[in-house]
Amino acid sequence: MKNLFKLFSIIIFIITSNSYSFAAEKAEYLKTDWSFKGLFGKFDRASLQRGYQVYTEVCASCHSMKYLSYRNLAEPGGPEFSEVQAKAIAASFEVTDGPNSDGEMFTRPGKLSDKFVMPYDNVKAAQAANGGAYPPDMSVLVKARGGGVDYIYSLLQGYEEAPSNVSLDDGVYYNKYMYGNKIRMAAPLSDGLVEYGDGTNATVEQMSKDVTTFLMWSAEPHLEARHQMGFKAIVYLIILTILVYFSMKKIWSRVESEV
Amino acid sequence: MSDHDYRPKSKVGQWFNDRLPLLTLANHLTDYPTPKNLNYWWTFGGILTFCLITQIVTGLTLAMHYIAHADMAFESVEHIMRDVNYGWLIRYIHANGASMFFLAVYIHIFRSLFYGSYKSPREIIWILGIIIYLLMMAAAFMGYVLPWGQMSFWGATVITNLFSAIPLVGEGIVTWLWGGYSVDNPTLTRFFTLHYLIPFLILGLVVLHIWALHVPGNNNPVGIDIKKPSKDTVPFHPYIVIKDGFALLMFMIVFAFFVFYAPNILGHADNYIEANPMVTPAHIVPEWYLLPFYAILRSVPDKLLGVVAMLSAILILAVLPWLDTSKIRSAVFRPLYKQFYWILVADVLILGYVGAMPAEGLYLLIARVATAYYFLHFLVILPVLGFKEKTLPVPLSITEPVLGGSPNLAAARNKESKIE
Repeated sequence: MKNLFKLFSIIIFIITSNSYSFAAEKAEYLKTDWSFKGLFGKFDRASLQRGYQVYTEVCASCHSMKYLSYRNLAEPGGPEFSEVQAKAIAASFEVTDGPNSDGEMFTRPGKLSDKFVMPYDNVKAAQAANGGAYPPDMSVLVKARGGGVDYIYSLLQGYEEAPSNVSLDDGVYYNKYMYGNKIRMAAPLSDGLVEYGDGTNATVEQMSKDVTTFLMWSAEPHLEARHQMGFKAIVYLIILTILVYFSMKKIWSRVESEV
Repeated sequence: MSDHDYRPKSKVGQWFNDRLPLLTLANHLTDYPTPKNLNYWWTFGGILTFCLITQIVTGLTLAMHYIAHADMAFESVEHIMRDVNYGWLIRYIHANGASMFFLAVYIHIFRSLFYGSYKSPREIIWILGIIIYLLMMAAAFMGYVLPWGQMSFWGATVITNLFSAIPLVGEGIVTWLWGGYSVDNPTLTRFFTLHYLIPFLILGLVVLHIWALHVPGNNNPVGIDIKKPSKDTVPFHPYIVIKDGFALLMFMIVFAFFVFYAPNILGHADNYIEANPMVTPAHIVPEWYLLPFYAILRSVPDKLLGVVAMLSAILILAVLPWLDTSKIRSAVFRPLYKQFYWILVADVLILGYVGAMPAEGLYLLIARVATAYYFLHFLVILPVLGFKEKTLPVPLSITEPVLGGSPNLAAARNKESKIE
């Protein structure tokens, strides 16, 4: 019995340490307390709304978010804009639709059911506008990077003067958290770049945290539901396990053998 | 099947059972005499059945929403994660279920190795098990390709390319496997088809595996043949059912932890980047459960010999009943084998670790030593050990050591309880 627990913990340790070992090769990431971590982790609603603002005013000029729809902004577990607000957000974008009955494509204001409008028509256009580098789609970006939210949060604040022994080409910047330290994206954030509606001071650190929170939600829109269900499921399983344990003891007490 | 005669009580039951003896089968399964000293390592058979059924049920549901097309697969997975009701739950259970399946199968295999369950008269059960394990690896590998992320694409490229090592026809075989000149849409659609097929093959083999088990009956921690039914056995129901159920619930707690709180920790981040044939990831690594064999593959400098070594590492298990020359089954009574057993466990864990690391420098050296030892264990140590080892006296029945028949048996019993 004890050995079984031991074995489980050893195996889990080995598995998890293996998957972490890739991240460990790189610089130590900046830490901050994420509200969505832990057993009961939930998103900070205000931070998500601010994060959306940073995304749409700063990131969205180059980065698409093609798996999200405007309706997601009003859904539970997300930024939870009111439906009116989400409709207004959607309507502020021009969406190409069609063909109409004349066979022509036309533009119209966005609706809740529309996907987020992409900044470029295709990957080639995105590359052409960004010196050959493709700004990755941000829908699942947090899950697509080894360090996850800590990596994104650090990267946004990791811009520095290049050390004298590092030479940078035109349009390449030095970032101490980037793999290989060279990045094609100029430092996207600077203090006061956006003006938060709720009066929060828009420091680079604050904006990094908000937009990273928003990216975590966009990658895992059902994270809150998952945490809530997980807690219930595990409590249920533990209670059932205890009950079954005593039933087992009772049943096996009929034989003179140890369980 | 069952030795004792069984006759249903009701007239209808008798009528039905005379025509299709399903009730006899059910009676056999509930009455099935099981050694009463089975420890928790024996519960993983039931756990594995649960894993297989979970994978099939979640897999069927996913297949209703998944689109097997190179341009749409990645998007359809995101659709499942975002828009399908509880799609995230179903997919995370399926993805982590694969890892849980392998965790359980490794424990099951190593339990068999420790207690000598593969030895006569259970060779066929063991060989069926190895075939199931091979099919599991094929199913898991193809399943990992389906989300069409970077690791899917490049993993598929690396593994299918192994066939090019075959002299003369290798290149042709690879083209045939791909259905083209690179991993592309035809590869994805056939992998999806096979990924759908294999679990049902496994299911059929599992039935044979259990059937073959029910002929000689379970091995047990003491590793001796027992009389069935006797005071050494208990009926499968309710004794083993409740014990398996208890162990399964504990297993499900671990499972649930991964699904709800760390659903992506066992996967690779690169698989959330859509497949791109123009960009190769920095490290191409398989899922954790294939890492020991990946390490063996990479430890051999020659490509063909590497593939041969990797395949031999699995196939060597099929002839294990004849490589192990010892007449004693359980490691409890084999003091030397027990030590080599744990060295083998460590060796496989080391292989798994270096399999995740870049194949260079110290890692490569460790991988080579560990690979050599792996084969040494099966090809030299096991055959020799059977002749050289001084085994401990084995009790005549399960109840005997419990009742303390002789001083030697008391020692044996102590050793046994340590393992439990």
